[in-house]
Amino acid sequence: MAPLAIRACTATSAVGPGREALAQALRDGRSGLRRNDFGDQAASAGRLDCWIGRVDGLESVELPTSLMPWDSRNNRLAWLALGQDGMREAIEAAIARHGAERVAVIVGTSTSSIGSTETAYTALEDGEFADEFARPHVHTPHSLGEFVQQATGISGPCITVATACSSSAKVFAQAARMIAAGLADAALVGGVDTLCGSVLFGFNSLQLVASEPCRPFDAARNGLSLGEAGGFALLERATDGDTGLQLRGYGESSDAHHMSSPHPEGLGARLAMRDALARAGIDAAEVGYLNLHGTATPANDSIEAAAVASLFPDALHASSTKGWTGHTLGAAGIVESTVALIALERGELPGMLGSFTPDPACGPQIRFASQRADIRYAMNNSFGFGGNNCSLVFGRA
Amino acid sequence: MSISQAPGLTAHVAGIGFWTRGLPSWAAAREYALNGTQPTDAPARPSPQLLPANERRRAPETVAIALEVAMAACESAAREPASLPSVFASTHGELAITDYMCATLAADPRTLSPTKFHNSVHNAAAGYWTIGTGAMQPANAISAYTASFAQGLIEALMQLRDDADAVLLVAYDGQAFGPLARMAPSEGLLGGALVLSREGAGPRLHARLVPASTQPPANAPLSRFASANAMAPMLPLFDVLARGEGTAILPAGAAHDLLVEVTP
Repeated sequence: MAPLAIRACTATSAVGPGREALAQALRDGRSGLRRNDFGDQAASAGRLDCWIGRVDGLESVELPTSLMPWDSRNNRLAWLALGQDGMREAIEAAIARHGAERVAVIVGTSTSSIGSTETAYTALEDGEFADEFARPHVHTPHSLGEFVQQATGISGPCITVATACSSSAKVFAQAARMIAAGLADAALVGGVDTLCGSVLFGFNSLQLVASEPCRPFDAARNGLSLGEAGGFALLERATDGDTGLQLRGYGESSDAHHMSSPHPEGLGARLAMRDALARAGIDAAEVGYLNLHGTATPANDSIEAAAVASLFPDALHASSTKGWTGHTLGAAGIVESTVALIALERGELPGMLGSFTPDPACGPQIRFASQRADIRYAMNNSFGFGGNNCSLVFGRA
Repeated sequence: MSISQAPGLTAHVAGIGFWTRGLPSWAAAREYALNGTQPTDAPARPSPQLLPANERRRAPETVAIALEVAMAACESAAREPASLPSVFASTHGELAITDYMCATLAADPRTLSPTKFHNSVHNAAAGYWTIGTGAMQPANAISAYTASFAQGLIEALMQLRDDADAVLLVAYDGQAFGPLARMAPSEGLLGGALVLSREGAGPRLHARLVPASTQPPANAPLSRFASANAMAPMLPLFDVLARGEGTAILPAGAAHDLLVEVTP
């Protein structure tokens, strides 16, 4: 594929707002996970005994009056993330270069603003939403896309991608197609997901939540830690003389196996990774860092490790950073792409946090310790419910 | 580049699937659009053969209708479903499950059903489709409010332009439930599917973004028939497809409509 320039990139998660906070936490081995302290609605049933990656300060974020119709925890996190790392300035510059209608918004989420819908259901009046919750554009999946469009002044095609935990990786692929087809000259991609009852009690009902902080790829791993995060990247056609980070390839596939369990041989994961490498026009041996999906569930990690071992040489440094952020679901794609871009830009390859005992089922690519190395290409894997897979390849101009 | 110079996207419409209460197939919908006649024995619910009998009745309605119209489109295009990448567009997803999740969380969160939870993802229909057909091709699932269908069509056409030989587009919305119904209104059950191909038989479709304009309410037969469903914005195209040629203007977002021309 024709490379796309990444003019700006940011991620806000439990380790703090913006890319520097993320890089610093990765370097220091400081986790953003804390004992579950989320939500009033859980109080009656007792909070789940687990650890979460919660973003501080969302409760006190104040949106401008014009954006109040879209007020929700999820859209507040979108607002917070848009304010980091020069993202607003980069968006304004893209609008100035191309015109607002030639910039697209393509953002991913799994639950969008459903936390607000849940809250509305706890305070019904005569079986109806109370006035303060009766804001129709919040209670639908496109709440996120519409909010980002309103918050940025972008007026080109605006889409919310909702393929569960691959959502904000797939946005890069869709944006690449849209720019290649000439329907837009730039695209703001990204994703936001926030903690809510649906995901905490939902993943708990599937018995996939660990009671301790998650331990990706550890032999004794026993489940995931849920987190919330938001992030964005601004993509444009690369031009001659560009320097900086680029999207070089994407690969998408389906497991065709099960709604909530990965394909036992990781076939879908392999297809997505292979396709991403092919689009980038590189060999697997040229990849220096791979950010794994690595949820820390027993099934995911050994299957993903086997898929990685089937494609990559032993020298690959691959890790899951969910020990820092938790599994941020629909935001995992953008957060972990940002981690891959940090590795590419600074040569700081993260290891894993909370993981100590290697699983003999996992190959030598799976690294617990961080490493410094100059690399040419970095990858990110994001896999979701429904067997929905996406891999991305990043490089430098 | 200004909007008017924006390039168009093209495809052949190789196969069509359609289902709504009262018009349970594309043949029935076409007959109604052209002659105003309706079948007398239309079933109340789609019965997608892709699902095992015991799952067919339990499946969420939006999953059932998505699989029904997707399979019908593949059959009419004579395409192997597993060979096609797919794009699923829905405004609200399965509102009955959203209502269930929110009501259960408010009452007794620890009793949440794991099956309902994994069926609550917006890509549930895409998941069941790829599992049922064995399709390892990419599947996308999007929402864009009233622009959901137009943006789904654009994404399918872009995949075709990129490297796919044929693509499946599936669009659907279901019945709103509970207190959420006034926030996310949608009546009945409506689904449409298109198999779009680069080459081969079928009417030619050409789509391009044009500046948004104020359109009078769509007045053709199918557009009137299911006007209260959240996926109704797709119906002007199906009215045109029933006639075999013509132009449909579909809402595509804040600044754009999608102008879709169909020629035999």
